[in-house]
Amino acid sequence: MLILKFLHAFGRYLLLMGRTFSRPERMRMFLKQYVKEMAQLGVDSIGIVLLISFFIGAVICIQIKLNIQSPWMPHWVSGYVTREIMLLEFSSSIMCLILSGKVGSNIASELGTMRTTQQIDALEIMGVNPASFLILPKIAGLVTIMPLLVVFSTFSGIIGAYATAYVGHIITPSDLTAGLQHSFVPWFFWMGVVKSLFFAFIISSVSSFYGYTVEGGSIEVGKASTNAVVSCSMLILFSDLFLTQILS
Amino acid sequence: MIEIKNLHKSFDGKEVLKGISTRFESGKTNLVIGQSGSGKTVLIKNIVGLFEPTEGDVLYDGRSFMQMSKRERAMLRREMGMIFQNAALFDSMSVLENVMFPLDMFSDDSYKDRVRRARFCLDHVNLSDACDKYPGEISGGMQKRVAIARAIALNPKYLFCDEPNSGLDPKTSLVIDELIHHITQEFNTTTIINTHDMNSVMGIGEHILFIYQGYAEWEGTKDEVMNADNELLNNFIFASDLFRKVKQAAK
Repeated sequence: MLILKFLHAFGRYLLLMGRTFSRPERMRMFLKQYVKEMAQLGVDSIGIVLLISFFIGAVICIQIKLNIQSPWMPHWVSGYVTREIMLLEFSSSIMCLILSGKVGSNIASELGTMRTTQQIDALEIMGVNPASFLILPKIAGLVTIMPLLVVFSTFSGIIGAYATAYVGHIITPSDLTAGLQHSFVPWFFWMGVVKSLFFAFIISSVSSFYGYTVEGGSIEVGKASTNAVVSCSMLILFSDLFLTQILS
Repeated sequence: MIEIKNLHKSFDGKEVLKGISTRFESGKTNLVIGQSGSGKTVLIKNIVGLFEPTEGDVLYDGRSFMQMSKRERAMLRREMGMIFQNAALFDSMSVLENVMFPLDMFSDDSYKDRVRRARFCLDHVNLSDACDKYPGEISGGMQKRVAIARAIALNPKYLFCDEPNSGLDPKTSLVIDELIHHITQEFNTTTIINTHDMNSVMGIGEHILFIYQGYAEWEGTKDEVMNADNELLNNFIFASDLFRKVKQAAK
C-alpha cells in the first residue's frame, strides 16, 4: 500500500515536472521571475548560511584541536580536517539540509497558499501554464544560486576557524594555514558544487510539488510545508550517499 | 455565446451535475443561481475547463471546448476573464501590476501602452488612485473591482464571475453588479455569474438558470421569476421575509 502510494505520488511529481519544463510563454516574464526567485530563495539565505558556517567552522577547528590532536599527530591536522569537512560535507550537504528547512517550507507554503486562494486557478484561466510560470523560475533560480551559497559557506567556515586562532588562541594561525593548504585536491571543491546542484533541484522541485498539489485550506498548507521539508531532507540524505560514492 | 450540451460531472462516482443544457447569450448578464452545494461552482469550473466534464460538451461560439487541443484551449482562455469569489489577486504584485499581468503575458504592446491600458481598466472601476497599493492594503470590495479590471484587461469575449458579491455589503454589491452589467453591455461579452444574491437576481438577471441538486430546474428572466410557479425556485428565491413581501407587493 505504501509503495503504491509512493508510486502514485512519484507519477504525479513526474507529470508536474513535465508541465514545468515547457517553454515559458513570455521570456521577459520568466526572466523577471527568475531574478526575483534568485533574490528571494538565494540572496535572502546568505545571512543564515554565513552565520551557521562561521560557527560550525570554528567549532570543528576547536573540536579537532582539543579532542583529536595529539603530540603524535602533525601540527596541521586541525586545519586540514576543518577544510575537508567544510568542503566535502558541511558546505554542500549539511548546508542544503538546513536550507531545505528554510527554502523548502517557503516554497511549499507560498504555492500552497496560492492554490487555496485560487491564484493558480486564475493563472490557468488566463491561459498561462502555472507550473511553468511559478515553478520553473524557482528551480532555475535555486540551482543557479546554490553553488554560490556553497562557496560562501566554505569561506565563512574557514573564517570561523581563523577566529578560533586569532581571537580564541586555540591554534596558531600558521598551523591552521598549513593545514588548510596541505594536500589540497581541487576536485573536492567541485564535488561540493556538483552535489549542491542536485540538492538545489531536489529542494525546489519537491517543495513545489507539495505546495502546488495542496487541496483544502490552511491546515493542508501547513502539512504540505512540513511534508516538503521532511521529504527534501530524506531525499538529500539518500542522494548524498549515492552522489558521494559516484563522485569520490 | 456559450452553449452547454448535456453536461455531466461526477466526483468519485457521485454525480454533481446531471445533464445540464442551456445557452448563454452574449451582451446579456446570465445568472446561475441555486443553493450551496447545488453545483453552481462545479458548472462554471467545467465551462472554463478547470474541471473536465464526465459527459457533454461546452461550445464557445460553436467551437467545441472538449475537442480542442491543449494549445487551442490556451488560446481560447485568452478570450476569457474570470472574477473569483475571493478575487484571487496576486499578493506579491501591486494593483497596477495585477491588472497589467495578462497584458504582460499576452500583449505585444509597448510597456507604455500596457500601463495606459491597465490604468484605463482601473479607471473603469474607479480605482485609478489605488495603483501602487497591494491587495492586502485594500478592502474586499476594492479587491473585487481590481479583479474586474484584470479580467477585462485583454477585452475578453467571455466573462465568468463566481459569487462576485460574497462577503460584500449590499451597497458595494450593487456597485459590483452594475459594473459587471455595464461591462457586459459595453463590450458585448458573454457573462456568466454564479450568485446567491437575490438583489443581483432582481437587479441584473437578464437570463437566470436555477440549478437544483445538479439539474437545470428552471430558466427565465428576472421578470419571469416574480410569477414563476416552480415551487423549488420560489422556496429558494422567496426564502427571506423581505422578498416574500416584495412578491406580494408586486402582485
